[in-house]
Amino acid sequence: MSAVASARPGRPLPSRAQIRDYVGRHRSTSILAGMAIIAILMSVLPKLPPLSAIQNEQPWFDAFANAGIYVLLAMGLNVVIGLAGLLDLGYAAFFAIGAYAYAYSNSNFSGLDLPFLPMLVVGAAVAAVFGIALGAPTLRLRGDYLAIMTLGFGEIVPIVFLNLDTWTQGTNGISGIYRPEPLPLLGEFTAVTPYAYMILMAFIVAVAMCLLYRLQESRVGRAWNAVREDELAAAANGINTVTTKLLAFALGATTAGLAGVFSASKLTIVSPDQFYFQVSFTVLAMVILGGMGNIWGVAVGAFVVYLIQVIFLKQLNSFKEALNLPAINLGPIHFDVNAINFTDYQFLLFGFALVLMMLFRPEGLFPSQRRRRELHIADELAGPLEEDPGLLGAMGETPGMEELSGEDAGPSSPGDDR
Amino acid sequence: MTVTVSTGSSSSSLARGLRVTGMAVAAVLVYLIVLWRCLLLAGELTAGNSLAGALFSALTRYDEVGNAFLAQALQQTVNALSIGSIYALIALGYTMVYGIIELINFAHGDIFMIGAFLSVVFTGGIFGQHEGVHNIPFLAFLLLGALLFAMPLVGLINVTIERLVYRPLRHAPRLAPLITAIGVSFILQNIVLIIAGSGDRTAAQVFPLDWQIPFGGASISVLSIFIFALSLGLMLALQNFIRRSRMGRAMRATAQDQSAASLMGVDLNQTIALTFLLGGMLAGAAGVAWGLRFGFVKFDLGFNSGLKAFTAAVLGGIGNISGAVLGGFIIGFIENFASALGYSRWSEFLVFMVLTFVLVFKPSGILGQLTGDRA
Repeated sequence: MSAVASARPGRPLPSRAQIRDYVGRHRSTSILAGMAIIAILMSVLPKLPPLSAIQNEQPWFDAFANAGIYVLLAMGLNVVIGLAGLLDLGYAAFFAIGAYAYAYSNSNFSGLDLPFLPMLVVGAAVAAVFGIALGAPTLRLRGDYLAIMTLGFGEIVPIVFLNLDTWTQGTNGISGIYRPEPLPLLGEFTAVTPYAYMILMAFIVAVAMCLLYRLQESRVGRAWNAVREDELAAAANGINTVTTKLLAFALGATTAGLAGVFSASKLTIVSPDQFYFQVSFTVLAMVILGGMGNIWGVAVGAFVVYLIQVIFLKQLNSFKEALNLPAINLGPIHFDVNAINFTDYQFLLFGFALVLMMLFRPEGLFPSQRRRRELHIADELAGPLEEDPGLLGAMGETPGMEELSGEDAGPSSPGDDR
Repeated sequence: MTVTVSTGSSSSSLARGLRVTGMAVAAVLVYLIVLWRCLLLAGELTAGNSLAGALFSALTRYDEVGNAFLAQALQQTVNALSIGSIYALIALGYTMVYGIIELINFAHGDIFMIGAFLSVVFTGGIFGQHEGVHNIPFLAFLLLGALLFAMPLVGLINVTIERLVYRPLRHAPRLAPLITAIGVSFILQNIVLIIAGSGDRTAAQVFPLDWQIPFGGASISVLSIFIFALSLGLMLALQNFIRRSRMGRAMRATAQDQSAASLMGVDLNQTIALTFLLGGMLAGAAGVAWGLRFGFVKFDLGFNSGLKAFTAAVLGGIGNISGAVLGGFIIGFIENFASALGYSRWSEFLVFMVLTFVLVFKPSGILGQLTGDRA
């Protein structure tokens, strides 16, 4: 990842420029090398302090493997939101479809025991079919409708899995899903030694990342850019906008399906409550924080957000318990730090993160250059109005317009300062 | 309810009014007869009669047993109208905001949820009422107080959100305000979750549930009639406001063309804030009605209800005020009859199917003109 990170333009050092040049020309090799380094770091670091002080190495491997699921989800959603500019709010539905597809193929419930690796492809394909079925009618309409359709779809899929209890065992879900059969080099997939899951996940993420970078720079990727920036202009230049958007949407669904298969094989149980709207929302927050449109930025964002969610907030809780601060009692004001469970606040934090990012840094923490320019177009538009309010005033009595231009320029200025 | 925000025709002659009224009355009568006979048919079929026999009696039976189904039809209709009017009130907020700034305000459902919580705070928290109040003047005071407490507060919260969050993003790319609205929705939900906890909180049903009008074999709940009448009053007031008042005219002008409206001296910021205020107030009233009717409130109440109300707005034609009301009632009927027939857990699924079919076959909705630019 470090090699990819230095691929950002604007570094004067020649050695860096050489690296950048190399990474630009051999991106897939660089990604595979970077992910190999990360995989080695993830294998070694949990044995050393400070990580070893928090928990043992096996729980760390487990957390890394789970974080990988979210990295995969975020990279898939990034294709939909970041590359094609469509808002998909029901992303967890495709995750669910992938997971249930694996559950049917590998459990006592169905009596089947199909091999794991082909099922990764099959689960992804099933999710893609649902993505196309949902996207085809909606993508002809404006993006807002897609947002609400996907929101509805994300809400319906768990309800259907819940209600069709003869087929899905309702609330209990399908349990006792078989783990993947042992693979050469990786060994056994078990709950107590999740190392194999972690390495397999790192490999899947590396392959997905290579493919996504190649897609982004292909004809299709450029079509996504064009559709996102100006759909009308893209259509006028001969791009079939519906097919292009549908491809992005289906690709997002495919990635989610892949993550679903992996997740089901790791948890060995699927139930509707794993796929509620909170999952879609978490992945959305990861994409926004990481930086829409920037593949490695989104991956890093997802990884960090997941670890914050499962490790940092829990650590904060135990840290608070260790401090054992006294409760504050000032008449009507009663404040007890010990009663606060920080993990309850994660969605509140995500909510604030989304709003604040959109207001002040819509391009995310690791922005892609193109996306940054696009998202700050409002500042450029507000600029001329601000410069010459007298012009509008001279055109007649327009108190509203003067106030409008003043208001618009105000809140967007923090973005300019950066 | 014939005026739309976008067109706003003000020609209303007496003849046209009479014609519309006559058609509405005829439609209601036809609807009641059809529903009555359908319920009769369903009753005969569940009793184990043959299809031919059931069809025959559904067409010809006018004895005591047959007439009892008329009462049931009326009862279910009133229930559906009361649920539908709650959805219609919420849908109005969605459609007004969409009509004026083309934003799907995902947080609107949560605004409604806060309204429901505030009405509980008023009746249960401040006045300590936990069951039906049979003293009519006190009940009137409680209901009016809850409305006057919840509606302005919720409206103000909505205006504040608009001012702080949506206004700076008014000229940003479309995705930004949409994502922000989702974020706001989660903030509101989680603030309420932290304050009120994650379980169902009982809402005082201060309107006595035992007030029922016996009718044939069934009984019609006065509460349902009250909710329907309340919503109808609010909708008529809104319609009058938009059609007659100066600010209403400013709203219609802004919805048609923002820049032209501002050149004519319309204060855009004030008009948009007013839209959010009105939408929030209606959602607050819907929240009060929800508490009275369903007797519980929960932090994630706004998510499902918001989705249904949004479907109602799309169904009627988004941006169109009468459409939102019509859509709300249709969704109310779907939900009520789904649960009356024992499929209440599929009601969300049905509503989603309605949304899908509307978007596929008539994205402009029943009453709206096409607002979305088709690619």
